[in-house]
Amino acid sequence: MKLYEYAAKEIFSKYDIPIPGSSLVSDADGAEESARKMGEVVIKAQVLTGGRGKAGGIARASSPEDAKSNAKRILGMSIKGFPVKKVLIEEYREPIKEMYLGITIDRKKKCPVIMASPQGGIDIEEIAKNSPENITMVHIHPLTGIHEYQARMLANSLDRDKARELIDIIKKLYRVFIDNDCQLVEINPLARTKDGIIALDGKMVIDDNALFRQDFSEEETGSLEEAARKNGMSYVGLDGEIGCIVNGAGLAMATLDMIKQYGGTPANFMDVRAGANAQQVKTALEIVSSNKNVKAIIINIFGGLTKCDEVAKGIIEIFPEIKIPLVVRLSGTNELEGRAMLGKYGIHMASSTEEAAKGVVGLGHSN
Amino acid sequence: MGILIDKNTRVLVQGITGREGSLQTGQMIDFGTNIVGGVTPGKGGSFVHERPVFDSVNEALKETDANASVIFVPPQFATDSIFEAIDNGIELIVCITEGIPIHDMMRVWPYLKTSSARLLGPNCPGITTPSASKIGIMPNQIHKPGNIGVVSRSGTLTYEIVDMLSKNDIGQSTSVGIGGDPVNGTSFVDILELFEDDPETHGVVMVGEIGGTAEEESIEFIKQMSKPVISYIVGVFAPPGKTMGHAGAIISMGVGTALEKIQAFEKAGISVAKSPSDIVQLVKNSL
Repeated sequence: MKLYEYAAKEIFSKYDIPIPGSSLVSDADGAEESARKMGEVVIKAQVLTGGRGKAGGIARASSPEDAKSNAKRILGMSIKGFPVKKVLIEEYREPIKEMYLGITIDRKKKCPVIMASPQGGIDIEEIAKNSPENITMVHIHPLTGIHEYQARMLANSLDRDKARELIDIIKKLYRVFIDNDCQLVEINPLARTKDGIIALDGKMVIDDNALFRQDFSEEETGSLEEAARKNGMSYVGLDGEIGCIVNGAGLAMATLDMIKQYGGTPANFMDVRAGANAQQVKTALEIVSSNKNVKAIIINIFGGLTKCDEVAKGIIEIFPEIKIPLVVRLSGTNELEGRAMLGKYGIHMASSTEEAAKGVVGLGHSN
Repeated sequence: MGILIDKNTRVLVQGITGREGSLQTGQMIDFGTNIVGGVTPGKGGSFVHERPVFDSVNEALKETDANASVIFVPPQFATDSIFEAIDNGIELIVCITEGIPIHDMMRVWPYLKTSSARLLGPNCPGITTPSASKIGIMPNQIHKPGNIGVVSRSGTLTYEIVDMLSKNDIGQSTSVGIGGDPVNGTSFVDILELFEDDPETHGVVMVGEIGGTAEEESIEFIKQMSKPVISYIVGVFAPPGKTMGHAGAIISMGVGTALEKIQAFEKAGISVAKSPSDIVQLVKNSL
């Protein structure tokens, strides 16, 4: 789960990591009022995607009127498909130097890695590509946590003159990372100003598997992804015309690859997870068929925990309402029962992933 | 013979009284696995499928001689079960549980390394040696004894491939799922090393997917192997930054695309199948 900049900064602030004074507003009048109290401000679109600056979602304003008109413009924007509903009005702080500080998980070494670069304000991927020598990486042992010498090393690589302040921030950011089950926490830029070091931006990604013990509530977006997640399934929207319902992530990816090989394009990824019952299959079909681009649907089940007769039951319940052609493949647990149940409805059946993928692409083209 | 398990493997089921734990215990017994008991705190003294249930692994080991365990415990308690198994000297721990927080697994990993235990998973379907033993949740009927080793990050895709191999008369020495999480206990290389040393295994099918670099890390070892390895890598269509079902299946910071992996394998001269049926063909050609 990604956090908004303002939410990440609220957490930084709880850990005494310095951030500029700010207020979150959802209309231009609010922006004007905030700017009147703050003086020179920066107006920042709150969206869960990068590249806000390039898209024009960040503006400086030296008067309340200026803040108002900029807020009005930004609040009407949509950045990479994300409508801007809120803007953060922040006191402007003149950076003397912009740095990068981030913590993520190194999958290969199976531990946290802290990354620091004296060059900030641009994407870490870009720094890594163009000047990798500028990035200092320090791996942290998960059972001991960060050592003082490690924080010192990172701080010195950022700005030797401000090492003491930076050591403090690095250690606090590591606490943020651990306490909040982060997959990523990033301050970019971390700025040196005349008043000290300050976090001018904030990014946090929380491990979805840890949300049960964290106090983050996800905002309702009404998306298909969200509908699937609420029903214990996983959905990713794509831009093709073949709707896909599969049990298991690996098999789902293989199914989509096969559809592409046969000349179709998948409209979505959907993993109904192990042990899906009739109700979940029905919901999955509702979700997938609600995408107007879908011309044909493939249901590909290899039952282990998932029982094919349960899947068939779910399909039968909703089949009459769905006007989109289906190809169903049922193998594994109770496959004969499942296939027999579907037999009388004239649904296209297939006996392997490849056969089903080929079949659904054909149906998609003729529909 | 196969790897890691055989007829003499004595299995304890952690979380045996849960819905899935009890169901799968029955399936494993049907397969012929030697299940010696189970553990559920607070349920000691009861029986599941005529196997004794204990309150702790420690108590179970006083009454049974288990040397392996399989974990069906919910994600918030699963790492505690892993630590309990490690501390009690269980040699092979198979963790089926999906959804364990990654920070918890980061703490398990260095601890695991100080012990002699091997952890398979989490978020994996387990391990099966046909005609000998099965620890995990792979469907019983798909396996056939033979000489091909299968190792995969996936569950149902593994079933599809094993089933297809069996139907084409290609039996398996052992099939192993290493799990779909970003931090797991056993890597592709660990399993490939065991297959290389196993006289019953004549070739290996390796199934990878997007995310991380576990596939690429196995290339150097595969090049030194005396046995043929057929690979299959899924997720070619996957968009960056999206988790594709498995917590570990995500292209992040530009790393972990299927195309990258396929190209690295092809460059190293390793066969890459284009589909499940292509795997069968490539295996036939390689033997």
